[in-house]
Amino acid sequence: MHQIITPSSRGKDLSILLIFIAVVLTAPLWGSLIGAGYPDLLQKFAIFGLFAIGYNLLFGLTGYLSFGHAAFLGVGSYVTVWSFKLLSMNVIPAVMFAVVFSGIFALVIGFLSLRRSGIYFSILTLAFAQMSYNLAYSVLTPITNGETGLRVLRDDPRVIDNALGVTLEGSPLGDLFGITLTGYAGFYFCAAMLILGFWLSLKIFRSPFGMKLVAIKSNQTRMEYTGFNPRPYLLSAFVISGMYAGLAGSLMAITDPLAGAERMQWTASGEVVLMTILGGLGTLFGPILGAATIKYFENIFSAINLQVLENTFAFMPEWLGGIMVTITRPFVGEGWHLTLGVLFMLIIIFMPGGLIEGFRRLSRLFGGKKAASETPAAESEGGVK
Amino acid sequence: MSDEIKKFGTLSRRGFLKASVAGAAVTAAPTILINKAHAYINEPKGGTVTLGFNVPQTGAYADEGADELRAYKLAVKHLNGEGDGGMLNTMTNKALTGNGVLGKKVAYVTGDTQTKSDAARASAKRMIEKDGAIMITGGSSSGVAVAVQSLCHEVGVIFMAGLTHSNDTTGKDKRKYGFRHFFNTEMSGAALAPVLEKEFGNDRVAYHLTADYTWGWSQEGSIKKYTEALGWKTKAAVRTPLGAGDFSQYITPVLNSGADVLVLNHYGKDMVNSLTQAVQFGLRDKMVNGKQFQIVVPLFSRLMAQGAGENIKGIYGSTNWNWSLTDEGSRAFVKSFGAEYGFPPSQAAHTCYVQTLLYANACQMAGTFNPCGVIEALEGFEFDGMGNGPTEYRADDHQCFKDVLVVRGNENPSSQFDLLKVVQVTPRAQVEYPASMLGGELGECRA
Repeated sequence: MHQIITPSSRGKDLSILLIFIAVVLTAPLWGSLIGAGYPDLLQKFAIFGLFAIGYNLLFGLTGYLSFGHAAFLGVGSYVTVWSFKLLSMNVIPAVMFAVVFSGIFALVIGFLSLRRSGIYFSILTLAFAQMSYNLAYSVLTPITNGETGLRVLRDDPRVIDNALGVTLEGSPLGDLFGITLTGYAGFYFCAAMLILGFWLSLKIFRSPFGMKLVAIKSNQTRMEYTGFNPRPYLLSAFVISGMYAGLAGSLMAITDPLAGAERMQWTASGEVVLMTILGGLGTLFGPILGAATIKYFENIFSAINLQVLENTFAFMPEWLGGIMVTITRPFVGEGWHLTLGVLFMLIIIFMPGGLIEGFRRLSRLFGGKKAASETPAAESEGGVK
Repeated sequence: MSDEIKKFGTLSRRGFLKASVAGAAVTAAPTILINKAHAYINEPKGGTVTLGFNVPQTGAYADEGADELRAYKLAVKHLNGEGDGGMLNTMTNKALTGNGVLGKKVAYVTGDTQTKSDAARASAKRMIEKDGAIMITGGSSSGVAVAVQSLCHEVGVIFMAGLTHSNDTTGKDKRKYGFRHFFNTEMSGAALAPVLEKEFGNDRVAYHLTADYTWGWSQEGSIKKYTEALGWKTKAAVRTPLGAGDFSQYITPVLNSGADVLVLNHYGKDMVNSLTQAVQFGLRDKMVNGKQFQIVVPLFSRLMAQGAGENIKGIYGSTNWNWSLTDEGSRAFVKSFGAEYGFPPSQAAHTCYVQTLLYANACQMAGTFNPCGVIEALEGFEFDGMGNGPTEYRADDHQCFKDVLVVRGNENPSSQFDLLKVVQVTPRAQVEYPASMLGGELGECRA
């Protein structure tokens, strides 16, 4: 059987965490090498990385495939914007409320959905998420402002800010005690949350609680025979991952104070499933890697237009350049979905463990035994199915 | 346990050290985003100036988006002095000379809004933060336009709205940095109502199907306002989700509602689908209240007419511009667009092309790319020769005022593009309204 959690020394975990922190904080540097070194995309990397980490705690560890996690993302966003509108532009209450509310929401949906398992569970979560989406889109328009999206306006009440005599200069943007959280400041705030979320995920992976979640995945019946009731553990995992999603949604609204219903659509729920599987299901780093890959394609590949292609192939003779442009044209620009689809297929067929498995194979190929032994234990056995 | 906490404590301190070093290195690089020493964001350096074209390439408005992009590329060509110059030859009050803008060659970047506010803002942010775009333009949905416009206002770059028809864009959501050449639902209502009265009388009962977002609400409101002033009654106004695809569940109730006019507040593929289904359900063959049942599509475009085929014959609507206009500017634009792509441009293409030229011209007039100077040049700017007759960018709400076309689906098209027949050119005076009527606040330019 797959053993995801191996007892590993504290030191190893610490070095994993350290590497992670270093990689995240230097993101603007390595990001600029691949054309991703600008705040908005880096924020997206961090936010969706967080979303995927949380999702992985449910799907990766327990094997319960939820198709409705975008609903929690949306709840997090709406709560954050409402906190901005009613209380304060400070992000601390906004984040706290978002996590708490999405947790409560996840508790309700999880309590109902977890009465079933397998495909029935997936369908139930999908149904709840779609219900939430439709509520946000057209029924609860006084709360959500429908398709237009909920925005922070200058003349909102903001009782705490007003009581403290904080006046608004320029447009209302999320701030942390005077630091406006847009641009790189916003990214570092998201990065701090990502590191925190990663650390928590690492702790859960290594904890007896995490062990029980894996036990649910490998054989729930056997677990019941040994005297454990899996339901509370499942529900906890569901709520925790819902809170991660809420936090991610909150960060989306903090870096860009707007909440729209399309964040709750089933395609958004499907996206996080893709991210997790693409990166490596049940691994520590995989989901973040998958999230970054998908966001990279969405933002960078979709922007490659004919002009850019022609410039790229300008060094070739004209006829060859023309042929190259014709060949590559369908895969970039509006065809970015196609490229992503092909990539996804290739990875699922040849590397079922996701990108992480690919890296592991590479390191085994080039680095020999040494590199392989350096690979964190959680990754080395991460591939499922 | 305490040991462990301690360890983590020291480590995170080290982490923070690293963070601050990395942070300092990183923030030093893109100073343009934070540094206030520069006069304005993305000041063009070197020989080029970059414009950001943010259009829907996927979703319900993808056809419009594709046509907008064609128009933008054509505008860039003309600005750089390539091609036949198009409307640059017919525009009046012009400062442009046909060799770029302020001596710089015009370059562009593109992005996909996916007809979603989130995606549109992400794409606009990429253009501003990464590609250094000095101006963002595009959008084929008012929801998206409003979202991107407020983003541009926050960041401090000019937003030249493309196809957006909701009153809110230059009404309650207007912004100092946002400009709209396209007309709005208020003007559509004012222009369409007299024609509807003449054709259908003043004792009709209307049933609205409305796209459920800012534009749909706005158009429903305007059409209701003007038709009810004629004496029409409104039976019901049902909201439908954007991009629904199948409208049969919304059309069936219309049949027995007692209404004798169906108003479709839909656009793009939604309108093509809802109109086609309404016709298939036999609505137009029905007699209700002793009158022939009628369908009205308040915002019409040739692209949609093409999609709906036979079904648009005889249907009334309004449009910002149509390629069959015979003024000098329209002819020049249709000619160079046709030469480039082999078919005539849509109203979306027209407004986007004009917006690009107007922005470039304002920069040239102001002698700078500084948004505050450009805004000043655009406010109150009057011009002609761009296909709509004499036009003015009103300073109070950044809305263009010009004549509005009322059109009807052509009964005997002479070609596959000759689908709309202009029945009336409603003069500007008749569609004008005070800026205060729609509320909103422009805000200030932060020089």
